[in-house]
Amino acid sequence: MNESLIQYIFGIADNALILGQRLGELCGHGPTLETDIAGTNIALDLLGQTRSYYQYVAQLQGGVATEDTVAFLRLERDYKNVLLVEQPNTDFAYVMARQFLFDQFHLLLLEKLQFSQDETLAAIAKKSIKEVSYHVRFSSDWVRRLGDGTDESHERIQEAICHLWQFTEELFEMTQADSEMVVQGIGVDVSQLKKAYHQNVSEVLSEATLKTPVLEFFQKGGKTGRHSEHMGYILTDLQYMQRTFPNMTW
Amino acid sequence: MKNWPLWEVFIRSKNGLEHRHCGSLHASDATMALENARDVYTRRMEGVSIWVVESKYITASNPELNGEMFEPAKDKAYRHPTFYELPDELKHM
Repeated sequence: MNESLIQYIFGIADNALILGQRLGELCGHGPTLETDIAGTNIALDLLGQTRSYYQYVAQLQGGVATEDTVAFLRLERDYKNVLLVEQPNTDFAYVMARQFLFDQFHLLLLEKLQFSQDETLAAIAKKSIKEVSYHVRFSSDWVRRLGDGTDESHERIQEAICHLWQFTEELFEMTQADSEMVVQGIGVDVSQLKKAYHQNVSEVLSEATLKTPVLEFFQKGGKTGRHSEHMGYILTDLQYMQRTFPNMTW
Repeated sequence: MKNWPLWEVFIRSKNGLEHRHCGSLHASDATMALENARDVYTRRMEGVSIWVVESKYITASNPELNGEMFEPAKDKAYRHPTFYELPDELKHM
């Protein structure tokens, strides 16, 4: 029972960790001072959420587990984030497209998770909704600006959306832990979020004068621990300190 | 992004207090200016309300004219209401 719950939490929390890490890579490298700070704020929101989830996991695991062992000492296959969030910061259009495609899903998920039978998860979700509502607004605004901007910005954001679209279907895939937690009233049936997601995403894309891609084949695997080649590099950075100086503290 | 205009940011720290100028930033329009102000100037709970105004709409006094603008007020202490006798019960004046 606990193991399924832990796996379920990884399926949510690891997205926040890896996307937070990806955004964190841009700290000090944003296109303007203002967007740099905005991106870093979002990264910190996500890492804050990650901590709440991991503290709960550590409590469930008991023994010597802490939020740090959960974050830093797992192997690649033990991370259950979707492929979307590990995609690289190719350019600003990709960063905003990735954020937009994830935020829209993230908000729908939390809006359901706040009614979870698990009080801790419900509380974390409720607290995170305000942050994520702002993320949705921020990334949607940028998608509109770039799409409805210059020829070049339009082309680049359309390319980013088209490229990243292949990772969107995985968001709605149900893992075994998902199904078990749904039965217990703890988890969210993400397959039910797909319609609202496509509606919300298409609305912004059409305001942005962008096309919603149509695809037949989608990439999946992250949720079951089978990641893209980017994941290893992310973990190398992320885990470096704890691997090099075990048990170090700040 | 080099062509983004400059905006002045005013933050109200608490209800009941006035908005105070806290700095400036670049943004392409008012919506973005508000979002940028939120991210740059209110990340540590500094405010409950934000105003932004494009800097070009602010008419500023010319520092070179400071002499005639401000110095004449210097020796006019009688403009301060300090010559009234206040009853002891009156505090905070």
